[in-house]
Amino acid sequence: MKPAPFEYHAPETIHEVCGLLAEHGDEAKVLAGGQSLVPMLALRLTRFEHLVDVNRVAALSGFGRENGTLVVRACTRQRVMERDAAIAAAVPLLAQATPLIGHFQIRNRGTVGGSLAHADPASEYPAVAVALGAELELASPGGAVRRLTADDFFVGTWTTAAEPDELLVAARFPVWPARSGFAIEEVARRHGDFALAGVACAITDGRAGIALFGVGSTPVRARDAEEAWLAGAGAAEVAESAVRDLDPPADVHATASTRTRIARHLVERAVTRAQEGQRVAG
Amino acid sequence: MLPVEMTVNGERRRGVVDARRTLADFLREECALTGTHLGCEHGVCGACTVLLDGEAVRACLIFAVQAGGAAVTTIEGLGGPDGALSPVQDAFREEHGLQCGFCTPGFVVSVTALLQENPKPSETEIREALSGNLCRCTGYQGIIGAVKRAAEGR
Ligand SMILES: Cc1cc2nc3c(=O)[nH]c(=O)nc-3n(C[C@H](O)[C@H](O)[C@H](O)COP(=O)(O)OP(=O)(O)OC[C@H]3O[C@@H](n4cnc5c(N)ncnc54)[C@H](O)[C@@H]3O)c2cc1C
Ligand code: FES
Ligand code: FES
Repeated sequence: MKPAPFEYHAPETIHEVCGLLAEHGDEAKVLAGGQSLVPMLALRLTRFEHLVDVNRVAALSGFGRENGTLVVRACTRQRVMERDAAIAAAVPLLAQATPLIGHFQIRNRGTVGGSLAHADPASEYPAVAVALGAELELASPGGAVRRLTADDFFVGTWTTAAEPDELLVAARFPVWPARSGFAIEEVARRHGDFALAGVACAITDGRAGIALFGVGSTPVRARDAEEAWLAGAGAAEVAESAVRDLDPPADVHATASTRTRIARHLVERAVTRAQEGQRVAG
Repeated sequence: MLPVEMTVNGERRRGVVDARRTLADFLREECALTGTHLGCEHGVCGACTVLLDGEAVRACLIFAVQAGGAAVTTIEGLGGPDGALSPVQDAFREEHGLQCGFCTPGFVVSVTALLQENPKPSETEIREALSGNLCRCTGYQGIIGAVKRAAEGR
């Protein structure tokens, strides 16, 4: 099992990356951590004439605070989200979510932007981005930069609103107020497997975010449940509301109704834990 | 074909490779370091785990050209120059942490990285850290025992 031949490019600036993507159009693919793309190439589920390796683009790695926002540049390794105390302080949900992604060897290479751009419906970061109200920053060949909300970015399984020649440059996570609570819960067959179902949630005064994963083709935002939660509904009621309109996939791992039941239970648990976190923080 | 140069187990290695040549194949075929095993070749089994600039990674999910300029450590680089076993290798032998040995290089490299970062892991931390390596023989108990022994010996 080897990938089909491709031409390899290792640009060092965002400008060069965008130029290559413009030149080769949909024959080119960005290579970040390679933890999703290389398996797909090896299994020959996909092939590209050109791979544009972004690992040597210094401007794509690292993170920083801009006023009320944590800006994580796309090629920052997932492992940094897990280890750096500044991440846990600014966006606790990112730090909580990261250890659930695969295994530490995967997180050593896998990037934040790669996980978001790959948009696997069962992955953790897209749900975190939706629950917190993050924005994704995309650069296009002309040098133009646009921002999309996470709600608008994820459009289907492995599909985002980014054009083939657009590069995800950064994810912008809002830093929620000090008196907030966060939780992520999931069920997977084994530690490190993609989740059968999961939920990321956040609560603060006047604002709540709930996003389920593994139960639809994109992260599923539970707006009615968010409102019920803000209006003071109990965890069980919030959970009931969150799964009311779910239409999860069925596969060899779980039926649709099993997934819904798991999801309801997980929402109840996560909401309870987030509320406790908020109480302690307050 | 692309030129590539990296440090493997402290030695400079040069090669000219196809872009699609994985680091694992480069190590096995160009460097004749066949201790790095290939099980699944798509990131699931962990048999191919090596240290890349000190961090444990899947050698089947990185292309050799991407490792240009990096320092790679394989299973062959963990023992002493005289063939002495590393403490982790020794603990695997003492605790029967292997049977057929196919998965062992990946486990030993992963455990070496784990103990460097977390010298006294709890049982839960050990199990989590090992979740990325599959073994079809041992049932894992001996492997977990080996990690505990190696941690105690430090
Ligand atoms: C054994 C195993 C278990 C895993 N378990 C989980 C899990 O439990 N949860 C989870 O979320 N993930 C899991 N993953 C996937 C992992 O998180 C990947 O790292 C991630 O999905 C992709 O990130 P990457 O940096 O490796 O991207 P790559 O594999 O390099 O790229 C993935 C896709 O994103 C595109 N892309 C990457 N970066 C950009 C960019 N900056 N701009 C535009 N497009 C870009 C690529 O072109 C490609 O289409 C697992 C992987 C493995 C091998
Ligand atoms: S051969 Fe690399 S993970 Fe299986
Ligand atoms: S000892 Fe045989 S696969 Fe692990």
